[in-house]
Amino acid sequence: MPVIEVTSLHKRYGETVAVADVSFDVEAGEIFGVLGPNGAGKTTTVECVAGLRVPDGGGVSVLGLDPRRDAARLRQQVGVQLQESQLPDRLRVAEALQLYASFYRDPADPAQLIDELGLDSKRNTPYDKLSGGQKQRLSVALALVGNPRIAILDELTTGLDPQARRDTWDLIERIRDRGVTILLVTHFMEEAERLCDRLAVIDKGRVVALDTPAGLVSAVVPEQRIRFRPSVPLDDRLLTDLPQVSAVTRSGSQVVVTGTDDMLHAVTSVLARHQIIAADLRLEQATLDDAFVELTGRRLAD
Amino acid sequence: MHAFGQILKTEAKLHLRDIPTLVLTVALPTLILVVLGLIPTLREPNPDFDNQSFVTYFTPSLLVVTLAMVAVNALPTVLATYRERGILRRLATTPASPLALLAAQLVLALVGILASAVLLAVVARVAFGTPLPQHPLGFAAALVLGTAALLAVGLLVAAVAPTAKSAQALAVPVFMLIMFFGGVYLPRFLLPDFLADVGAYTPPGVQALLDAWTGTAPHPLHLGIMAVIAVAAGAAAAKLFRWE
Repeated sequence: MPVIEVTSLHKRYGETVAVADVSFDVEAGEIFGVLGPNGAGKTTTVECVAGLRVPDGGGVSVLGLDPRRDAARLRQQVGVQLQESQLPDRLRVAEALQLYASFYRDPADPAQLIDELGLDSKRNTPYDKLSGGQKQRLSVALALVGNPRIAILDELTTGLDPQARRDTWDLIERIRDRGVTILLVTHFMEEAERLCDRLAVIDKGRVVALDTPAGLVSAVVPEQRIRFRPSVPLDDRLLTDLPQVSAVTRSGSQVVVTGTDDMLHAVTSVLARHQIIAADLRLEQATLDDAFVELTGRRLAD
Repeated sequence: MHAFGQILKTEAKLHLRDIPTLVLTVALPTLILVVLGLIPTLREPNPDFDNQSFVTYFTPSLLVVTLAMVAVNALPTVLATYRERGILRRLATTPASPLALLAAQLVLALVGILASAVLLAVVARVAFGTPLPQHPLGFAAALVLGTAALLAVGLLVAAVAPTAKSAQALAVPVFMLIMFFGGVYLPRFLLPDFLADVGAYTPPGVQALLDAWTGTAPHPLHLGIMAVIAVAAGAAAAKLFRWE
């Protein structure tokens, strides 16, 4: 049974259509990604899920409740980390968590949460003295302090350095392991590929694909490429005769073989039979990035 | 209730950590009073002011400084900053209401104003022999209504200003008008009668404060106007206020 159901969501700001038609379900316990370029309608979509905005059309149901009508009940169970949401400069880490803990009926222990998020040495540090990564972790902590069943995290790692980004990803996985369902908004491919069980690719206010990251890649870019340098001259027909291979091209001294994702064994078997050694052999698989370009016709700008 | 208590406590701590603003809002009128009081002629009784000293005559106007600083300057700046930085929006995603934060800010503004008024009255009494407000009930009424009117104007500034910078920019002319009509820039006896009269009806209603301080019951019309301004500006602020 899905914990979040979005059905034909539509939202306009004046004449501008932010979300044209978005539908997806999020299952309990999964990390569900909403991926798309800036301005695709990702944030508006999750803001409707969080009850911060009223949809102009379609339906949103969270834990079987209406985010607007049952706002008071949902706020106890849904933690939200917003994009570009800050805290007062002089507020200290421990004070912020204590403050937010006081809002909930059954809050987590602030001290333990601070410890878990690696902020223990910063508990008395004012907000404006925290690094970007520390601010982000505090923001995640505030989203979790109410012991929510669902956490909505918007552009969690934007502006973080690579190390802080990886640490945050570890953190998200630990949160999921505690049984929290996570709705993650991102425009980083690597993040989506690493974290998400399933994801919806949104472009121009519409869902253009919805699948697991691997499923998305193989559905959109089913072919693989093998590159190698043969030890002796190679007759292309040896390879083009294989049913798994669709094309063979040359790039300098390199042979580039394109084919289905189970062609590697067939190709290496043929080479072995003819005692050809494949030097510098590389298998190139399509990435989510390639799939995204196929889907939307452009690359995600960082 | 637990949440409101925690918000109030946290906001109080934040205010206490902002020492410059705290000194400026709570102690500034008293500092001005002390500086003026160091000039001997200003301490002597003067027929221009019903045989009061200038220092005594000017004390209620100094109260206007605090009222204007807190209500029209500090309050809208804090609220606009909180909105600009997404603090109000973030609060809206929790079971706590941003209204609780607004209420906490108003409570703290009132506490700051009262602390400043008490400090001013006590220092004026002890150092310069200015009598304490002679009509305590009338003075309390004038102070409460005048403060309410100014806080409502401050909320209106916070409501219409999109950013902290624009809130400050908007606050400056309002602040200056309040100080001018409150007789802070020019003592009111130097103002033409017409302008001095206007000052009786602009928040915080310095005439009512002055009357009550010297022992006359404040004019009901003066108090009534303050109540009307408080309700009207408050209602407009409530209608226009945006959490984001």
